[in-house]
Amino acid sequence: MDINRREFLKRVGASALVGLLGGWEAVEILAPGQVEASYLQKPNALTAKRWAMVVDMSKMDQQTVENCIAACHHIHNVPDINDPRREIKWIWLEEFENAFPGQYQEHVARRFEGKPFLVLCNHCDNPPCVRVCPTKATWKREDGIVMMDQHRCIGCRYCMAACPFGSRSFNWMDPRPFIKKGYPEYPTREKGVVEKCNFCTERLAKGLMPACVEISKGALMFSDLAEPESGVREVLREHYTIRRKSHLGTNPQVYYVV
Amino acid sequence: MFETALRGSRRYWGLVVMLLVIIGLGFILYLWQLKVGLKITGMSRDVSWGFYIAQFTYLVGIAASAVMVVLPYYLHDYKAFGRITVLGEFLAVAAVSMCALFILVDLGKPVRIFNILLHPTFNSVMFWDMAVLSVYLLLNIVIGWTVLEAERNAAPPPKWVRPLIYLSIPWAPSIHIVTAFLYSGIPGRGFWLTAIMAPRFLSSAFASGPALLVLLALIIRRFTRFDPGREQIQTLAKIVAYCIIINVLFFLFEVFTVFYSQIPEHMRHFEYLLFGIAGHEKLVPWMWVSFVWMVLASVILVIPSARREHSILAAGCTFVIIATWIDKGIGLITGGFVPNPFDRITEYWPTVPEAIITLGIWAMGFFILAILYKIAISVKEEVVS
Repeated sequence: MDINRREFLKRVGASALVGLLGGWEAVEILAPGQVEASYLQKPNALTAKRWAMVVDMSKMDQQTVENCIAACHHIHNVPDINDPRREIKWIWLEEFENAFPGQYQEHVARRFEGKPFLVLCNHCDNPPCVRVCPTKATWKREDGIVMMDQHRCIGCRYCMAACPFGSRSFNWMDPRPFIKKGYPEYPTREKGVVEKCNFCTERLAKGLMPACVEISKGALMFSDLAEPESGVREVLREHYTIRRKSHLGTNPQVYYVV
Repeated sequence: MFETALRGSRRYWGLVVMLLVIIGLGFILYLWQLKVGLKITGMSRDVSWGFYIAQFTYLVGIAASAVMVVLPYYLHDYKAFGRITVLGEFLAVAAVSMCALFILVDLGKPVRIFNILLHPTFNSVMFWDMAVLSVYLLLNIVIGWTVLEAERNAAPPPKWVRPLIYLSIPWAPSIHIVTAFLYSGIPGRGFWLTAIMAPRFLSSAFASGPALLVLLALIIRRFTRFDPGREQIQTLAKIVAYCIIINVLFFLFEVFTVFYSQIPEHMRHFEYLLFGIAGHEKLVPWMWVSFVWMVLASVILVIPSARREHSILAAGCTFVIIATWIDKGIGLITGGFVPNPFDRITEYWPTVPEAIITLGIWAMGFFILAILYKIAISVKEEVVS
């Protein structure tokens, strides 16, 4: 059979089109509505108007803190890089004076001394990281969660400069060799992109609480701030809570009961 | 016109080859950085911007300073600067090219750089910075080239170039103002969070850029048959003198505010830079050298008899260039990140590969400058003879 270049390209184009349409149709016939449906939320997904977290320091101890960090870092494939200059962390431990530098005083209540304060992304309601990102690779969802698209991030690190909480980490190198035990259900990252806590959106979508909350035995609470009867609102009504650097106007959504 | 860049003395070609070698070296190390990531730099989780962004910031200032020769000529009809506007414009072209390269090498994912255009984000100062810098680069290439070509043909420049020239005048400070906004608009870094950031950027830019132009003019005067002119050099020197004085003043205003108010979030950064905190004092000598040299240069350049002596003038301008470079290229970025948001200290110093990549980009800038200046000077020499 003799075909010239032009004819060949025509046929390739036509068969590609048929294949594409055929594929779509086949799915539509065998499983009607499934293609669109996969973009919709699962019925058991946890939803909220404004997610918020409470850290109850009266219930927090060293073991709980370690469990929270380990659970989070395992299920998000956070590499274990033993170098404070290059490390990646989503949730970690700080002393009171470092977590709340403006609020530190010399003679601090005994219950603060040596207490492990868990810190993570505050999922600010007015996030400066989102404001500065030049590609919308980080953005705020309707439910308040500040998200990160590692496929769009150009690695300019403007968000790291803008975050007043040091919540963001950059992959200074390929993180994969440093992942101790891989967790296949969550993607790993490449070198050159920024990452941070995502309030476990992938778990919320499946109807599960964030991993740190689940393992914290009540020391962490996570619910809808917009819902007056929610657990978080109940705690905020009953206790005095503080937030990190609230004077900067970013409106952090992680509250500490102290 | 470009053919004039291809004919030159041994010295010209020697310079070109030397610059190409340095560019090549920087490029090889950049390839390594592309392969293994930014871990080859001294940057860290706490000091997440370093030498690259600092050079970028300094060079935006150099680029902006072209307006200091363009404005007097076109708005005040100061004829003397007509001879050297092209030197200012071509310096701006070289400087903005370096800026673009410094941003590129700083990116973790440089292949995605066009995401900035693909997803334009108007609330990001970085988007605007990219926009104003690109336009400024184009303006200076087009204006510089067209006016020079007209001069070669002994004809007045085409009419359409005038509006572009007038546009380039407010555009020049805008690139440095927007660059200052990159820093002064973010909430958690007390060192940068100050309204005087943009004025300080402008004063140091209008000191350092014209200072570099003075040095370049002195070199051109010495090594070519084109004389940029004694009056021109002296007027530039006056601009340098008063801008560096204003820059010192702005710095002192800042020092007063932070140390008299004693607000830790602002003061701690200055403490780190000027005195060191708890033994962390890597930048202290640099910052003092920078400050003392700026003061010294102010004194030298403001005295007319000293300024008129070209060797002293050259020394004064060198002080200005190095002092403002330390201020922006070393102090500004690291100073903003130290102490970190947890009030902890992680110091920063560039690594050798990082320094060589930086040097490679500077060489690239001087390569562009050498080619453009060769063209400009050849045309000027033609016109003279």
